[in-house]
Amino acid sequence: MLTHDKIERNVGLLIVLTILTISVAGLLEIVPLFFQKSTTSPANELVKPYDPLRLSGRDIYIREGCYNCHSQMIRPFRAETERYGHYSVAGEFIYDHPFQWGSKRTGPDLARVGGRYSDLWHRTHLLNPRDVVPESNMPAYFWLDRPLNTADIEAKMRALRKVGVPYTDDEIAGAKKAIEGKSELDALIAYLQGMGTAIKQIR
Amino acid sequence: MSDFVSSFWNIYIAVITIVSILGCAVLLWMQSSAKHVEGKTTGHVWDENLEELSNPLPNWWRWLFYLTVIFALFYLAMYPGLGSFKGQYQWTSTGQYDNEMKKADDQYGPIFQKYLKQDIRVVATNPEAREIGQRLFLTYCSQCHGSDAQGAKGFPNLTDKDWLFGGSPEQIKETIKDGRSALMPAKGVKPDLSGDEIKSIAHYVRSLSGLAADPIRIHRGRQLFSVACAVCHGPEGKGNVGLAPNLADKVWLYGSSEDSIIETSSNGRVNQMPAFGDFLGEAKVHLLTAYVYGLGDGQ
Repeated sequence: MLTHDKIERNVGLLIVLTILTISVAGLLEIVPLFFQKSTTSPANELVKPYDPLRLSGRDIYIREGCYNCHSQMIRPFRAETERYGHYSVAGEFIYDHPFQWGSKRTGPDLARVGGRYSDLWHRTHLLNPRDVVPESNMPAYFWLDRPLNTADIEAKMRALRKVGVPYTDDEIAGAKKAIEGKSELDALIAYLQGMGTAIKQIR
Repeated sequence: MSDFVSSFWNIYIAVITIVSILGCAVLLWMQSSAKHVEGKTTGHVWDENLEELSNPLPNWWRWLFYLTVIFALFYLAMYPGLGSFKGQYQWTSTGQYDNEMKKADDQYGPIFQKYLKQDIRVVATNPEAREIGQRLFLTYCSQCHGSDAQGAKGFPNLTDKDWLFGGSPEQIKETIKDGRSALMPAKGVKPDLSGDEIKSIAHYVRSLSGLAADPIRIHRGRQLFSVACAVCHGPEGKGNVGLAPNLADKVWLYGSSEDSIIETSSNGRVNQMPAFGDFLGEAKVHLLTAYVYGLGDGQ
């Protein structure tokens, strides 16, 4: 009989039982997701791995901490889909390592910002948000208008291939060339303009 | 939703869940049936006289725990939680969303439909429709065109009478629905223009709308304009709707200063209005068109 007394006086047993107890939720809620089609395969044929420019833009998004104020996850509520578009589905994020869902909305959700504004708007807005939205409290990212670092793009793509993003050798070999001469602003805008465009809301 | 690669995972989830819940119940039952005597200690003593009592579980706490076990079983019977078992209520988050949307459509659909059947010119004069239109505008359009619809540098003012792509209800609707794209090529159709020549063109262009300009440059600029720019902007710079803006009026999308005109002429401009037809649907586009049409006094 496993009494309180016995468990408490036997460190090995205490460790095993503790691990067992705290792993139940993970075993049930996380592990099965690795074996679910809707979370491991693309939502549709339009969901594609990020091209080198958008991938670089995504890294700038992460570097600048955009996720601190912007989520990328439209919940299935009317109040959200009216403003942002179709709710997000798991299959849209399978090439995101890590995903940028975020959990805080000081600014609006960006999951379907792609195509919603012109490139010029993004350029103006990123350099100084007040130029287009006077009441905005977003910081100005005026330093983004500088050349993009192209040195590590191939290594980045190889690393992503290791975790399952199907980049071909040709794509990796041509990556540096594809982003040559671009600015950080170009990359970030390319990333934003592609966001969430795989699923369209047709009314 | 559960679409596992094999049905093993359904069983895996169901078994571990049920076993954990029942395990909790059994543990609780074992603990409450064990012999505990009020006031007896476990034999542990810390810090000289800090003893651990081995009292029985308080009843209120024990019954609360039993209730959570009962609640968990009830929940799993009613809601999806055990692998592919859908639960008695057949609840899904998308189903809940669809119901919410249907309810809203039932409530607001008739209002949208009423205005959709009316001519845009009529809708534009209806105060209620204008109020709806304004809210839609503030949600979807104000980020670029401003909450007062007066635009910003690069984003057209919608309250004036100047329309790049036409100000008729049909044209405005097409703009909102399908978007527009505009391209001004660098140096017009004459890519070998020198910096000085562009400066002269800028002076001529400024003179067209009565702004201060150097008379000598105006003279030179006029000839260069007719070669490089007139194809699109017209011989007198009055523009063509849908192709090139009127340069002879007081409306300047990118600014009227010499510097900004030189910038526009030297580097060209690329801009677009995104398409909103798919996202907003016909009825909302209709109301927005009427609102925007009404902003320019219907002209």
